[in-house]
Amino acid sequence: METSLQIARQTLLEPAELGEHHLRETVERLSGPGVDAADLFFQLHRLESWVLDDGIVKEGNFSLERGVGLRAISGEKSGFAYTEEPTLENLLEAAASARAIARAGQSGRIAVGSPGAVAPLYPVDDPISSLPDEAKIELLHCLDAAARAADPRVQQVTVSLAAVHEVILVLDEQGRLATDVRPLVRCNVQVIVEQKGRREQGSAGGGGRTTLDLFVEEDRALGYAREAVRQALVNLEAVETPAGPMTVVLGPGWPGILLHEAVGHGLEGDFNRKGLSAFSGRIGERVASPLCTVVDDGSLPGRRGSLTVDDEGTPTGETVLIEKGVLRGYMQDRFNARLMGVPPTGNGRRESYAHLPLPRMTNTYMLGGDHDPREILRSVKKGLYAVNFAGGQVDITSGKFVFSLSEAYLIENGRVGAPVKGATLIGNGPDVMTRVSLVGNDLALDPGVGTCGKEGQSVPVGVGQPTVKVDEITVGGTAL
Amino acid sequence: MSLTIEQLEERVADLLAEAKRLGADAAEAAVSSSAGLSVTVRLGEVETIEHHRDRGLGVTVYFGRRKGSANTTDLSPAALKETVARACAIARNTSEDPCAGLADPELLARDWPDLDLHHPWELEPADAIALAQECEAAALDFDPRITNSEGANLATDEGSFVYGNSHGFLGGYPTTRHSLSCVVMGREGDSMQRDWWYDTKRAAEELAPPPQIGRRAAERAVARLGARKLGTREAPVIFRADVAPGLLRSLIGAIRGHAQYRQSSFLLDTLGEQLFPEWVRIHEDPLIPRGLASAPFDNEGVATRPQDFIHQGVLKSYVLDSYSACKLGLRTTGNAGGVRNLAIESNGPSLDELLRRMDRGLLVTELMGQGVNPVTGDYSRGAAGFWVEKGVVQYPVEEITIAGNLRDIYRDLVAVGSDDEIPGSVRTGSWLVARMTIAGN
Repeated sequence: METSLQIARQTLLEPAELGEHHLRETVERLSGPGVDAADLFFQLHRLESWVLDDGIVKEGNFSLERGVGLRAISGEKSGFAYTEEPTLENLLEAAASARAIARAGQSGRIAVGSPGAVAPLYPVDDPISSLPDEAKIELLHCLDAAARAADPRVQQVTVSLAAVHEVILVLDEQGRLATDVRPLVRCNVQVIVEQKGRREQGSAGGGGRTTLDLFVEEDRALGYAREAVRQALVNLEAVETPAGPMTVVLGPGWPGILLHEAVGHGLEGDFNRKGLSAFSGRIGERVASPLCTVVDDGSLPGRRGSLTVDDEGTPTGETVLIEKGVLRGYMQDRFNARLMGVPPTGNGRRESYAHLPLPRMTNTYMLGGDHDPREILRSVKKGLYAVNFAGGQVDITSGKFVFSLSEAYLIENGRVGAPVKGATLIGNGPDVMTRVSLVGNDLALDPGVGTCGKEGQSVPVGVGQPTVKVDEITVGGTAL
Repeated sequence: MSLTIEQLEERVADLLAEAKRLGADAAEAAVSSSAGLSVTVRLGEVETIEHHRDRGLGVTVYFGRRKGSANTTDLSPAALKETVARACAIARNTSEDPCAGLADPELLARDWPDLDLHHPWELEPADAIALAQECEAAALDFDPRITNSEGANLATDEGSFVYGNSHGFLGGYPTTRHSLSCVVMGREGDSMQRDWWYDTKRAAEELAPPPQIGRRAAERAVARLGARKLGTREAPVIFRADVAPGLLRSLIGAIRGHAQYRQSSFLLDTLGEQLFPEWVRIHEDPLIPRGLASAPFDNEGVATRPQDFIHQGVLKSYVLDSYSACKLGLRTTGNAGGVRNLAIESNGPSLDELLRRMDRGLLVTELMGQGVNPVTGDYSRGAAGFWVEKGVVQYPVEEITIAGNLRDIYRDLVAVGSDDEIPGSVRTGSWLVARMTIAGN
């Protein structure tokens, strides 16, 4: 099998007739006196996507993006330029623009090293060609039919299927070279159901860093179709959500978006270096109940948020953010790690060559506890059981976060009751985690659907958690 | 260096010719190129200097009623050929779709006005830095409680695009956009709050003075310090002008042809219905000179024109492109790519008058999260703002939600303020809504 280095040479360098001596020359131009760090980021991003709607395959798209981002860092300053035509001339010109951030000076000399051995977390195979086109089309129709067959109240079905093949190469000012070949697949089913004039929607999907076989194996995608219909039908019965503070039990898996919003963003290195986060300067302090241990781990094989190396070439790993309630560490890219005097954690990520890297989450989750989830539900006299979410947002300075319910039920006397309409939960990050009173033994990761936005850059992420009981959180319902 | 209109036109022509060579019955293509500079200054020091240079092309081919599309950032002749070939390969696998195709040739723009959208700013990084520094310094000096900053950013972009199709349409034009923004943080005791302000314009000389933007950001952050929670209750709500555009966007989302034919709209089949009080008029004007969303033709080459969506409170028109118009048996409204320079007319009152009219209620100045269900209109979002008594702001509030249903919000709209001087392409004043549920402690 080809290595990621061979693929990176073939797809990124050879078409542009670039050799390693050209890269060296560019990095030398980019670095030198006054420049503390510098890197070149080559990227090839190929995407194929299909959409079935109204029972027919309406849309198909193929996208190819190729470019090189060049960054020079001097102290706390970053100079950045990129080019979509990676000729040596363009690279040198972009390097000169980026390095103008530092005082002009003589270039240094570097030697290009060979990449360190990092075991890949996913196959290098191109997922776009992992299934014949006919099989992709058949899968779309098959999911449409399954959703429609699941219930006569299904009115509309939209199925989307996407496969990405990304190749990156990073070279830094010390001559460290890293390459990665990243597959990413995603499938989603959305349905509209109608009953007596009332319409509701449901949606389910999954994916990961693997090939499209993921969706065919174990009839996994058929499960998405059935799940989307189930959720939509539940919502047809939903009653108004009570408004005000309540005990909330969060289901396992995707509700881990709570951690992503409530604590994750606040623990990214850049906000903390600048003292902008509600968690700034609080390492070693208790910020959560002792039941909570939260980690970010980009090294889980095949997960949507995983990376063999991050977009600065740093191998990913497990970073403990909160250990038994005590704040342990932040997520770092190279830039912020250097300025804060700590090692990078493999969290330097960028949407593309046209964006500067930022400290970002990978897969963020809470470790499992001791309690049987049924026992947790039984412990609640009156509350809300929240099992699915549409998305969230946080203000890292005030610590306020929200997330939107897409499937939730009332709990009365320890029993799960009527479903309630979508509502928003709102809380304060450093505060809500101290109110976690029970943690289940059913840790699950989400099915591979998350995308996180920060400063206009989107990256795929994972979340997860076991069943968690929060003693009080404000529920934004309509019923008083 | 961004490519000229002529260079882009050549590439569009090449794409269309290649599609024809490969047997496509029809094709459309768009090519764009832009260049820009973005600098960020934080606590007086340069943080980033970014040189942007983007280009891209996209092509859609039709074989009978089957469609395929492809796009790339690589404008080389080889990539151009490969992209068309990819689109053709896709079209072999999509389904026959009776509505797929180019826009009706009769509706394509023939000649169009110069909308005055191109005002390049020859700005050296040093000058950009100085402007951002001036903006941030005004924010930091505004109040001793402003203790930290996320920085001020100045960005300038110049770009061109050309769209063409096999009906013979070929058109494009250059545009510019310049923006200045500032984000600062205030602290008082344990309370930390940040807020921001910005301006964005086609011509640099129209940008608000940098110190004015900085002071506004600081003023907003300081006003939030010491925010409390509110008790759960029902109350009237004012959506301040800078958060009101979201309510208009939800309306447009619900009357888009795609949401209508997919039956995924809370305003399904409401053409001709009274959705708002009689005084409400909501319209677009794509032809405003220097308008941020101005465009003489839409993404299919169809001529754009000013039009009302809501007139005397009644839904007059859906928002349609050729495809959704065909699905609904209607004619396109020239909205491929969206609405342009959307506006709601005020029925008179200033923001102070709105506050007096509300008397006791919530002034919302920030909304968080995505809690709007497009199918049911159920609305529940995180909010922050100010509690108002006797028409006067009393104290800042946070960590609350406001909830209701968009149909009720629209129907019970009491007034829209005259305070419509917000930056961006949407023109609206503040909205006074009769009643919503507020969840707090």
